Amino acid sequence: MNRRAFLEKNTAVFTAPVASTLPKVAATGPTPPDGVELSNSLDDGSASAARTMAGLGAYTGPWGPVQAAHLLRRALFGPTRTEIVTAAGSSMAQVLDGLFTPTPAPAPPVRGFVFDFTNVPMGETWVTQGWNPFSEGWRTLSLRTWWMAQMVESKTLVEKMTLFWHNHFVVGLDSIGDGRYSYRYLTLLRQNALGNFKQLTKDITVEPAMLKYLNGNGSTAGAPNENYARELLELFTIGKGLVTVPGNYTNYTESDVQAAAKVLTGWQDNGTTLSGYFTAARHDTSTKQFSSAFGNRTIADQGDQEYKALIDMIFDQAETARFLCRKLYRWFVYYTIDATTEQNVIEPMAQLLIQNNYNVAPVLRALLSSEHFYDAVNLGCMIKSPIDYIASMTRQLEMQRFFPPATDPAAYYGQWSAVMNQTGAQDQSLGNPPNVAGWPAYWQAPQYSELWINATSLRVRTQHFDILTGFTGYVHLLGGAVHFLKFDPLPLVASLPATVASKSDALIAELALLLLPQPLSPKQLLYLTNALIPGLPKFEWTKEWNDYVANPTNGVIQGGVRAKLLALIREMTELAEYQLS
Amino acid sequence: MKRRHFLQTTAAATVLPTLLGGFSIQAYGYSPKLAALTNAATASDKVLVLIELNGGNDGCNTVISLDQYSALMAARANITIPESLVLRLTPATGLHPAMTGLKSLYDNQKLGIVQSMGFPNPDYSHFRSAEIINSGSDSNVVLNTGWAGRYLDGEYTDYPNGYPSAQNPDPLALTIGGTVSSSLQGPKLNMGMAITDATSFNQLVTGDVEPAPATPYGYELTFIRRMKSQSQVYGPAIKQAAAKAANLSPLYPAAGQNTLADQLKIVAQLVAGGLQTRMYVCNLGGFDTHLAQTLGGTNTTGGHAELLNKLSIAIAAFQDDLSRLGVQDRVVGMTYSEFGRRVRSNAGLGTDHGAAAPMFVFGSKVNPIIHGTNPILPTNAGVDDNVAMQFDFRSIYSSVLKDWFQVPQSTLDGIFGRSFPYVPVLLQSTASRSPLAKTSPNEAHRDVQNFSVYPNPVHDQATVTFEADGGHVQVLVFNHIGREVLRVVDRTLERGQQQLKLDVSTLAPGPYYCHVQEGSHVSARLLTVVK
Repeated sequence: MNRRAFLEKNTAVFTAPVASTLPKVAATGPTPPDGVELSNSLDDGSASAARTMAGLGAYTGPWGPVQAAHLLRRALFGPTRTEIVTAAGSSMAQVLDGLFTPTPAPAPPVRGFVFDFTNVPMGETWVTQGWNPFSEGWRTLSLRTWWMAQMVESKTLVEKMTLFWHNHFVVGLDSIGDGRYSYRYLTLLRQNALGNFKQLTKDITVEPAMLKYLNGNGSTAGAPNENYARELLELFTIGKGLVTVPGNYTNYTESDVQAAAKVLTGWQDNGTTLSGYFTAARHDTSTKQFSSAFGNRTIADQGDQEYKALIDMIFDQAETARFLCRKLYRWFVYYTIDATTEQNVIEPMAQLLIQNNYNVAPVLRALLSSEHFYDAVNLGCMIKSPIDYIASMTRQLEMQRFFPPATDPAAYYGQWSAVMNQTGAQDQSLGNPPNVAGWPAYWQAPQYSELWINATSLRVRTQHFDILTGFTGYVHLLGGAVHFLKFDPLPLVASLPATVASKSDALIAELALLLLPQPLSPKQLLYLTNALIPGLPKFEWTKEWNDYVANPTNGVIQGGVRAKLLALIREMTELAEYQLS
Repeated sequence: MKRRHFLQTTAAATVLPTLLGGFSIQAYGYSPKLAALTNAATASDKVLVLIELNGGNDGCNTVISLDQYSALMAARANITIPESLVLRLTPATGLHPAMTGLKSLYDNQKLGIVQSMGFPNPDYSHFRSAEIINSGSDSNVVLNTGWAGRYLDGEYTDYPNGYPSAQNPDPLALTIGGTVSSSLQGPKLNMGMAITDATSFNQLVTGDVEPAPATPYGYELTFIRRMKSQSQVYGPAIKQAAAKAANLSPLYPAAGQNTLADQLKIVAQLVAGGLQTRMYVCNLGGFDTHLAQTLGGTNTTGGHAELLNKLSIAIAAFQDDLSRLGVQDRVVGMTYSEFGRRVRSNAGLGTDHGAAAPMFVFGSKVNPIIHGTNPILPTNAGVDDNVAMQFDFRSIYSSVLKDWFQVPQSTLDGIFGRSFPYVPVLLQSTASRSPLAKTSPNEAHRDVQNFSVYPNPVHDQATVTFEADGGHVQVLVFNHIGREVLRVVDRTLERGQQQLKLDVSTLAPGPYYCHVQEGSHVSARLLTVVK
């Protein structure tokens, strides 16, 4: 059953008995979802059957909070209200300019854990220190924790793309067990986050972390290791096509894997200089023959420059551009790529990528300003990954203010790691994809991102908010100041315009725009109103809120208003809609 | 019923939310560890139903003081029910005419009334008052937990690990209607499971989810809703119970007409279906009647009459259903509201935020009397005048927990911070009863015997005299707005005549109420302080 037939057949409600058996089309499902009817279309009324054919052409429709929030939700980890309002008040081009603005490299991670028995003092960075068998675990945790904070702090596309590249050029940080390598690797990804795909592929190939992770460091002329060569072709660049005959994957063959492995021999990593290095004696100097997939090209010995020739050859194939563009599409738009999308979106993206010699920024900008991206059917359809869920909640609810200052490294790292660990509890351990293919939610058909939603992850997601609003919050005890990480909604709501904060309908609508990807139904508004002011007329919220504003330091009045706001926000975060972005 | 029976099936918990019809379902449940400790074998079958009347119910027009009708007319003629239309329970006390169902329950000894329930220092904020009455705190103390949640958390610290289990398959408590009650908030986690409304309940039972648009968004939304529904750990237990019983009473209004009736209908079905859930919290909103609580004329129609009518119809139908289903002896219920309303009405045919108000206790096992006396109404009430508390709400909560679930006094003291006077709102036949519980079911509200305050008016010191029965006695002084200004005694006194010194030297001149409560007996005297 194709997707369109499914959608048409279920215009009122999906009635399949078990969610996991809901039919899905595969990655390149054939039928476009045209003819789709929207029963809760957006305010601008832009939804129409014809628009579902929308391609990469520039979006010229209305620009307001709905579109701005959509763009920022996909480009950042959960925009704040201020970011949405500012973006809605600017032009789309201005917003994109901001998202693509290069940002200075963040200060490196430091020692933040008291049990990290190392010679590095608390608060000092370890990234240039010698390898320490007792510290590398703590350093890696420090790095992953720091990374979480970077994602929350970021106001540009850089962090979303850094995570994209991590999921693309996977290195398992815990598995390589060297915080300094991991920091170098992440720095490379961050520096090239909006840069050149081809160059990044070259750099990552001889990056020590990757040499170690995929055994490139053990590949010699006498015993070439095919591991990296295979993943380079299958996962990092051109991708596996249809298997025509055993050993032929359309885009490349087994013999290409072997030839590429020979090209890549001779490289090792140096734990002292923290670099990849080439040893001519370990390199296979023969001329490597590639298959017809690559036009039967050969690569003669070029020593330490030879891997670049290999990568240039792979990037001469347009399929390499398409492969990356599909991944970008799934990262920013939706996982289903039907024939129409392939034709109207992926192919133009790929051509643009090639025209720009594999610079990704122009392609991303085209996608994020396309009529396809802003089409109503693409709003709110992405299931938040655990990292997106945790980071988004932190940003949207402006919780950074409740974290300890970076000047107290023990408390800062303690609390950020507690939050970061919530992603691992939902099977998306930051820095540790399960294998080199990356998290299955980005490639495993037919479920894709639905893999993120199960009984365990739903419980973790809810409990995270419950802990943040519980009696103690997350508690940091050891080293630095004792700290309780709790969410208090009062500063957030107090920062809203008085006419919004003091009116229950306006307040709920405002929070809905902030937290939910689509407008509330009347029934939901009623339900949420009842969470805020159970059984009371709406003016009572105004009265109680104004009472708080007039007596902002009265603990008893604070407590009453806070409890009601928490009840409201809790209910909003427990809506199924809150899982969507 | 033994305490361990309650323990084995009630438990502390956390939030295990899922989405049902787009709305949250939260559950809390039982402790297998405790069940093992208590060697659980026999489940208790007692059920407590709490009905929250949101907004602050106007007690003076709900339970009407016929003995002070002229004071009522002086204070609120524009909304007062004609004397002849009041449903008389006793010569002195009657019900609003919209509550024929409750009148009938009273006549059949299935309804008790607790007069002037409240807390010592009223707060006119809905939020704060609801917080106080759900948390069980003092007025000047902010507790982030609910009284039921604290109790459950103390007993079942392990929740939610391992829940539900074969021994304890059912949720401990359910909020039906709206979001989970804050009375069920535990120290660490919210401990309630909420079923939003009848639609959500039906969806829980049938496995359907809310309709969603036919877009990728709607597609994923439906997927998530299904996953949430499926991961609702108590979904199967509720579904199973719902399948085992159907409502039998013809008295329920059609669905959608009376939200409280719709909620109680679900309670009756689940109780009869064998769900071992101990506590249900239901609610009826709209009691914040600042404006037009009557439509004038005879004042028997309008918003307040409609609410009281819904309350009465819902409880009467529920009680009828329980009886037909053969489970009426297992269930008691009580109503509560965050506050009552001012004695004096406003010009808009409404009433403003006040203090104490009556509550109803219903079921075949309640003590079917009027506890306490009619409130003393000022002969010419000013805008500030309030009904002073006769019964601290914590007296009622703790007495119900004690009698219905056999919770020991030491545990109750921990839950409520201290001991409160016992009030026999339920009929009990077990041995562990306080002397006061010997109250005959037919013994009507009895005044505190030989109660006097002398001299009166008083300058700085008076003597309070009365006969004590040997139980926990409260002697309190309230000002005219219902605020507690002196706590003379709050402890067990020996049986016999008491003479207590009352020092009013710190009080400003003016009218006060001196109030003595022991068990169901409450009396108050107007006390005038002069300087």
